[in-house]
Amino acid sequence: MMQNLVESQLTPENAVLDQVCNSGDPWMAEIKKGQIFRILDLEGNQAVDTLFYSAANPEERYSAVDTIARQAKLYLTTGSVLYSSEGNAMLTIIADTCGRHDTLGGACAAESNTVRYALDKRPMHSCRDTFMHALNTCECATHRNMSKRDITANINFFMNVPVTADGVLSFADGISGAGKYVEMRAEMDVVVLISNCPQLNNPCNAYNPTPVRLLVWN
Amino acid sequence: MSIETQQKALNLEQILWEETIPGGNHWSGLIRRGTSLRFTDLTGGANLSALFYNTEDKLERYNMPDTLKGQHTAFLTTGNVCYSDMGRVMCSIIGDSLGWHDTICGVTDAAQIEAKYGKANFQTHRNDMYRSGKDGLLIELAKYGLSKRDLVANVNFFSKVTPDESGNLSFVTGHSKAGSYVDVRFDMNVLLVLSTTPHPLDPATTYKPGAVKISAWHAGLATADDACRNACGQNSRAFINTERYYL
Ligand SMILES: [Zn+2]
Repeated sequence: MMQNLVESQLTPENAVLDQVCNSGDPWMAEIKKGQIFRILDLEGNQAVDTLFYSAANPEERYSAVDTIARQAKLYLTTGSVLYSSEGNAMLTIIADTCGRHDTLGGACAAESNTVRYALDKRPMHSCRDTFMHALNTCECATHRNMSKRDITANINFFMNVPVTADGVLSFADGISGAGKYVEMRAEMDVVVLISNCPQLNNPCNAYNPTPVRLLVWN
Repeated sequence: MSIETQQKALNLEQILWEETIPGGNHWSGLIRRGTSLRFTDLTGGANLSALFYNTEDKLERYNMPDTLKGQHTAFLTTGNVCYSDMGRVMCSIIGDSLGWHDTICGVTDAAQIEAKYGKANFQTHRNDMYRSGKDGLLIELAKYGLSKRDLVANVNFFSKVTPDESGNLSFVTGHSKAGSYVDVRFDMNVLLVLSTTPHPLDPATTYKPGAVKISAWHAGLATADDACRNACGQNSRAFINTERYYL
């Protein structure tokens, strides 16, 4: 895996956008074709649940199965192309100091928490609730008429979800750490929707969701 | 095993109806809770792409990530259930002669079919035209007022794809022989949408999708000692959520 590690030459001083998204919060922004987008894991082992939509037509959106099948690869890292539901390249990962990102595990939800952990976990914070909240409040979404219909299998940046050759899927300890980042170039104008995961039932973040930093360069 | 041998496992008197979907085609129907369908690969090498929606609330739909992480598996077989995005069991795999069904690779679109197999349109090939999985699923979805926004990661019955340590995927050619079957019990009232087009990672260079037979019977609801219900704590809780929904 180490051969995938590629550092970026970009510096935060030159970024046109530099914001922190706290754990449990949503974050939405438009990223123009050609711009570079970095997600930085500030304290380590944080899962950043992320969806992308075509800014021109959000019916075209990130497709986990197209991304997996078109590259015949399960994990995302430097060189991975993030494909849309129309088979178009949305973004290309151009730097990655973590080495592996998940796109099979999806987002936690109030309802799936009742299944995965216990029936009484429903009131806890969850990524799908955060996505829904963002779609109803963020300026990037409200004029696009987006809803639950638009929530599909997402990327979990910094998450480690290894699958063995005989098909066993596990949630392993994070391979990320404080200061690790993933950087991608937008191949079309995209809207990015993030839920900075608030999961408190899963040992892989040491039961401690933490903030992430988001940067964009022209 | 021949097709005849395996069909003896089904009580023929109890079969409600049967239908064959030709290779390269698409199908949809409303399947009531308590009904089971046996899907049989008639020729070998079939790929049956399937999507599931709650008939009463089509915003509730099959959720591939929840299905995989709830059961700690990257494929489906006997004992596995298909979760909806609302924490319920939509259907259960109660019988399987194959042991592995893919759900991580999606379907092909028209451009991929043409790039891989060439062009065979209706004008020249009539009903033998080459069709894509995505077009077929979207046609069926449209019959219920659904569209691209409702198209999510699907199950690919009869196909096997395995990863190596780095996550590189390999399609297992010859996995499904003629007569292979999978038995799916529906635990909710489900809109079932199907396509019998080639799997996206099938390396075959000729377009020769296999036909799939559907045989329906009343299986009833999952009992307290049901193997799928008791396969893991997650499945037990998902069944509780489903049963509360229908109280
Ligand atoms: Zn989450």
